[in-house]
Amino acid sequence: MATAAETRPEDDLETFRGEVKAFLKANFPDELKGKGNALRSVEGPTEETEAEKAWRVAMGSRGWGTPTWPKQYGGGGLSKKQARVLEQEMAVAAAWNPIGGMGVMMFGPTLLEYGNETQKQEHIPPICRGEIRWCQGYSEPNAGSDLANLQTFAEDRGDHYVVNGQKTWTSGGQWADKCFCLVRTDRSDKHTGISFLLIDMDAPGVEVRPIQMISGMSPFCETFFTDVQVPKENLVGKEGQGWTIGKRLLQHERTNISGGGASMLNAQPLSKIAKDYLGTDENGQLVDADLRGRIADYEIAWNTFLLTARRAIEESKAQGGVSEISSILKNVGSKLGQQRAELLIEIMGFRGLGWEGEGFRQKELEHVRGWLFGKATTIYGGSTEIQNNIIAKRILGMLDHQ
Amino acid sequence: MAVLYEEQSMLRDMAREWAVNESPVNAWRKVRDAGLDFDASKWAEMGQMGWAGIIVPEEFGGTDFGWMSLGLVVEELGKTLTASPLVASSLAASAIALGGSQAQKEKYLPQLASGELIGTLAFDEGSRHRGAVAEASVLGGKLSGTKSFVHEANGAGLFVVLASDGVYLVEKGEGVSVSDRELVDRRDHAEVTFASAPAEKLADGSDNLADEILDRARILTAAEMLGMAQYVFDTTLAYLKQRVQFNQVLSTFQALQHRMAGLYTDLELMRTAVEAGLTALDTGFKVPEAACLAKARSNDVLHLMSREGVQLHGGVGMTDEYDVGFYLKRARVLEASWGGSGFLKDRHAKLNGY
Repeated sequence: MATAAETRPEDDLETFRGEVKAFLKANFPDELKGKGNALRSVEGPTEETEAEKAWRVAMGSRGWGTPTWPKQYGGGGLSKKQARVLEQEMAVAAAWNPIGGMGVMMFGPTLLEYGNETQKQEHIPPICRGEIRWCQGYSEPNAGSDLANLQTFAEDRGDHYVVNGQKTWTSGGQWADKCFCLVRTDRSDKHTGISFLLIDMDAPGVEVRPIQMISGMSPFCETFFTDVQVPKENLVGKEGQGWTIGKRLLQHERTNISGGGASMLNAQPLSKIAKDYLGTDENGQLVDADLRGRIADYEIAWNTFLLTARRAIEESKAQGGVSEISSILKNVGSKLGQQRAELLIEIMGFRGLGWEGEGFRQKELEHVRGWLFGKATTIYGGSTEIQNNIIAKRILGMLDHQ
Repeated sequence: MAVLYEEQSMLRDMAREWAVNESPVNAWRKVRDAGLDFDASKWAEMGQMGWAGIIVPEEFGGTDFGWMSLGLVVEELGKTLTASPLVASSLAASAIALGGSQAQKEKYLPQLASGELIGTLAFDEGSRHRGAVAEASVLGGKLSGTKSFVHEANGAGLFVVLASDGVYLVEKGEGVSVSDRELVDRRDHAEVTFASAPAEKLADGSDNLADEILDRARILTAAEMLGMAQYVFDTTLAYLKQRVQFNQVLSTFQALQHRMAGLYTDLELMRTAVEAGLTALDTGFKVPEAACLAKARSNDVLHLMSREGVQLHGGVGMTDEYDVGFYLKRARVLEASWGGSGFLKDRHAKLNGY
């Protein structure tokens, strides 16, 4: 990957820092401080304000929302060190990255690896500018954990395919412009019969139905394809290479889900929230001794998880490959996230069980929805059980057939 | 596995090779059957290899290799259940290094570093660890009090004793009596009674000297526990891969695969916690928190691992002939040492202001 490091020696990092500071000062408006990124939100887009749009365009035109992606496709072309400087300065300014979503997290990195030049030129720049939303067409009603059982079929019609079938759990499908999709091009072989296809969501024959979840939100959809025509230029890699490409993309997804814990880094400590809700005794200890013990247990476990994530990075760097312990991070991080949410609603009592309306703080209602939505984290992106299969088979060598 | 310096890798490999060849679990079995606490000739070898002085400064005869290095050796010895006073004596040495006067350091550290003198901590007074509190008292340089379940007390020549007003050094001899307490791990533990025993205060340390020593004890003990947990996991996995029932190797059953995946996950988290503790001691950053983390995680994981180890071995896991039972028994003794999980969670909460 081309980086600007070649033309920008390391001792120029401080010059770059100055450049970033000046850019943020000129382009990041105070009113957006601490706000979120709609593209990353599970609840879908809200109307973009003028200020939000200007900020997205400013970042997107520099490619700084995808800082280490190659400049020739609209990325920032920054070295890792420069990207870290950018991250640091954005944190100082309480600025957030307006470019995000599945295009950035999953599809972009995969296309950069497997796409042809035309595809990269067409699809990567709009992702860098935050103009196009991508969704993931992987799961089907009968292909969840057993993903390779997918049946959505793309029939070869010379210069195009005709796609028929149904996808489900399409995150953000109702707002997406395009879908990266695993389809079957050959029914004779389970794995090598799969191909990786890009489908326009506004093409005739694509129908999207949101699914209402226990959280009351509809972040997922069912997507139906009926005689949808897809040009052959939209095939990524070769026919039958879809399973390989699709799995590579899932590695990006898992990294992001376990890394999703990062949003909890800045969260208030549970012990502090508990002190506010429950109060303390004359020794300054939480009045509920049992809950106090469980919060301590959780905090110890959470700190151990963070240290383990760091250890995985250090080991990977030292050995020049992905460390074995990376495989445990998704299970541990998702379980701890759920544990925190359960403790949080317990701490808040009935106020931690509010659905809507009066009598609750906004934060309390958000925690409730977050608690419910969070149940998905141990199911999607490879369920806990699938991760355990992977650990047992690939790391521990506990094979099914010996 | 933490990323190691080359010297650390070499030391770890040397310790691993020595433990496997010179001190396998079977060696411990023989020591036990002979009614001994440890094999003195093996301890002498460890002294010659410099292991007793790993955290002792060079000017006092040690190598000053640091806590991570000592932890690596202790972990390897924990794997094979090597009976030795290495942990106890290293902790005594660190107490003197932290709080001793120049004269005390010159007098004791070289002997401890070479292994010719064995030291140990005599802190607890009841059957449960309660932190840095003691009723033993000192009057006119004479210490009186009773210390319970002192590790390596029979072998020790020097006691680092917690009294109500600080930490003292007491040599075995005048005013010191040792009464054996045979615990399930069959190692060296005893009640030690001090009756106006001549005592010298460790007066040059911080106000938190006793807590600092205890944090070291927690972290180093956790390193031994890590070795044990790793060994139980490895042997259990190997057993599941060769035991056949229903014409099937046990490791092909998904119910067992998932339990092992869970234990592997716990084990790796425990390794992180222990290594973070050792690193904290080497850098001096947030040691009390790191000690809680290391020992609490180790308690919980080794507890589960030792139970599952027996269960997954089935009936043979209940026999004295198989090693896994040794680990179960030693595990509980170490879990109770320097703070059970309840104590440590309480300490974590207090350190964090709730």
